Amino acid sequence: MQISGAQMVIEALIAEGVDTVFGYPGGAIMNVYDEIYKQNGFQHILNRHEQASVHAAEGYAKASGKVGVAMITSGPGFTNAVTGMADAYMDSIPLVVISGQVPMSLIGTDAFQEIDAVGISRSCTKHNYLVTDAADLPRILKEAFYIARSGRPGPVHVDIPKDVTAQIAEFNYDIELDLETYKPHTKGNPRQIKKAMEAIASAKRPLFYLGGGIINANAAYEVRELVAKTGIPAVETFMARGTLSHDDKLLVGMLGMHGSYAANMAMSETDLVIALGARFDDRVTGKLSEFAKNAAVIHVDIDPASISKLVNADFPIVGDVKNVVNDMLEQVSVVDSANYESWRETIENFAELHPLTYHEDAERIKPQWVIERVGELLGDDANISTDVGQHQMWTAQFYPFSRPRQFMSSGGLGTMGFGFPAALGVKAAMPEKVSVNFTGDGSILMNVQELMTAVEKKIPVINIILNNNYLGMVRQWQTLFYDKRHSETDLSVQPDFVKLSEAFGGIGYRVSTKEEFDAALKDAVEKNVVAFIEVIVHRMENVMPMVPAGGSLFNMMLLEKKGSK
Amino acid sequence: MADNSERRVISVIVRNEASALSRITDLFSGRGYNITSLTVAPIPDSDYSRLTIVTSGSVRVIEQITKQLHKLIPVLRVYEHCDIVEKEMALVKFPITENISDIDTLCQAYNGKIVNVGENVVIAMVADESKRVENFLSAIRRYNPKEIVRSGAVALER
Repeated sequence: MQISGAQMVIEALIAEGVDTVFGYPGGAIMNVYDEIYKQNGFQHILNRHEQASVHAAEGYAKASGKVGVAMITSGPGFTNAVTGMADAYMDSIPLVVISGQVPMSLIGTDAFQEIDAVGISRSCTKHNYLVTDAADLPRILKEAFYIARSGRPGPVHVDIPKDVTAQIAEFNYDIELDLETYKPHTKGNPRQIKKAMEAIASAKRPLFYLGGGIINANAAYEVRELVAKTGIPAVETFMARGTLSHDDKLLVGMLGMHGSYAANMAMSETDLVIALGARFDDRVTGKLSEFAKNAAVIHVDIDPASISKLVNADFPIVGDVKNVVNDMLEQVSVVDSANYESWRETIENFAELHPLTYHEDAERIKPQWVIERVGELLGDDANISTDVGQHQMWTAQFYPFSRPRQFMSSGGLGTMGFGFPAALGVKAAMPEKVSVNFTGDGSILMNVQELMTAVEKKIPVINIILNNNYLGMVRQWQTLFYDKRHSETDLSVQPDFVKLSEAFGGIGYRVSTKEEFDAALKDAVEKNVVAFIEVIVHRMENVMPMVPAGGSLFNMMLLEKKGSK
Repeated sequence: MADNSERRVISVIVRNEASALSRITDLFSGRGYNITSLTVAPIPDSDYSRLTIVTSGSVRVIEQITKQLHKLIPVLRVYEHCDIVEKEMALVKFPITENISDIDTLCQAYNGKIVNVGENVVIAMVADESKRVENFLSAIRRYNPKEIVRSGAVALER
């Protein structure tokens, strides 16, 4: 059929099964928004800032496993969206971001709201397109969705000049894609898998190192089976939280800069690292030359460039982690779980020596308590998003995650302002679950305008603001490494968060006792409107354990034992 | 970063499409890799172009470069060459007052010749391995070359 470029965008989104688009209109994308007005195939959620649109699409994608879609205009609309694309690129989140561009005849003339969008997005997307002919649009959009979701997922940006959205051309979405240059390798090499299984069978202290790739590949339940059948302890990266359930006996905990003592010690003592969909990030490894120093490495990853990038892999396996783990399960009988009994005991001793915990304070609520308490009250019924900072690390440490896709956070890029819009996207994707955003008094102000989106679209996100009147994580580093010079991190001057939420039409609570917190959370869940729960927490609490940047994993700063002060 | 850094020649087969070349050069600058030289031209009767990139780095860096190049969507193949025939061309402009027969003899030793003679200048051409081109360029220094242009290396596996 002969339709306009703008209509093609709508038809393609519907054909891809998109039910929600996050975006913000503007001059160059108006033809498409005119078609959005006329259709009823999907809902459009109007965020109040383009960065929030992309984060919301990320939250939607992370919670649902589908491709998230954001739509923005040219120039400043696009540049506002760049942070979101970069965030999705670092955390391998499948997105299609569609931007308007000035008409073809004006490209290169410094026209109003013109920016070289594909030039900017090239380094923070998996791929991008500038559409120069509406006849190419069906193929490009189909490729964009395919590239975003296949292989190592990531954001794909499609920039469409205004005259192309007005151009009439033939639309046929029922086309076979022929991407000669892009063929992700999804099946692991059987010979390597066999060798890896033999290495596991003969190892004395093997350790699963579980990464976010498992969640992307929908492989968490296969991994749970592999861990259970082998009896091999597992550590999770920040991005992998929820792969194993919090009550799994073989889950040692999260490793890395703020990992548990047991997890970091297990990684330092292991003789065989079994890395599944993890990329040996610097926040995980600490000092590379000391990382798992005496261990051989099995590395399973869909991205060949991740293998042997930082740590040499003795058994490199390129493939989709779900396929590879299924192949491993077929040969699991070569592994005898009883061989690792003393290794499991060693790790249990680590955990008993320095358990992951905190000290209660008589005067003020400890932030960790709030997270544990939400875990007790909501547990599996909540999806958890976070912003970036101390609260983020405490959430990863103390929330009892029980399933994959329960936890959404900005891992690689560390984007303050991610949490609230992401939690909106999460709620749009999974309305039956409570959508909670743990945030800080610093982060929440970075996308606070989303209160308006949440009120207008009746998306009841519960934002729990752990208020310590500090930019807490930076303050922690200043306390520890900058001789307590708290440069520009004291946030004593603050808005009235309760009134702020109310001004937009949301609800707000300020609590400073445990009883008040319980009552506020219960009320917020029942009221089912967007909420701020501001919790006045201990000001100087630090995230512990901590591996100082560039230090070895086994050299952790630890929580002081009670009474040793 | 430059542990055991060595010179390597990488060939990239890439789809002829807008911005394919900038995807490749952006990757080098974004990840802090070197480009010593880069040549590019379409492959006859195909939708692809061939790039020859001369770079340097440790074994691990070169491995990362080839993997990252291969990750780019329009890239079909990446070859990291070992056993290759490599050639580079250079054009040099001399004043006509220099000893032209000396220059011509030198050029011939480096697989070249004088290709143009004008009123005031002669232009000589050589085509040889990059290392030998460098030798030629130092040998002709005494003939007061006015301008030198090098093509960058092209290479084929034996």
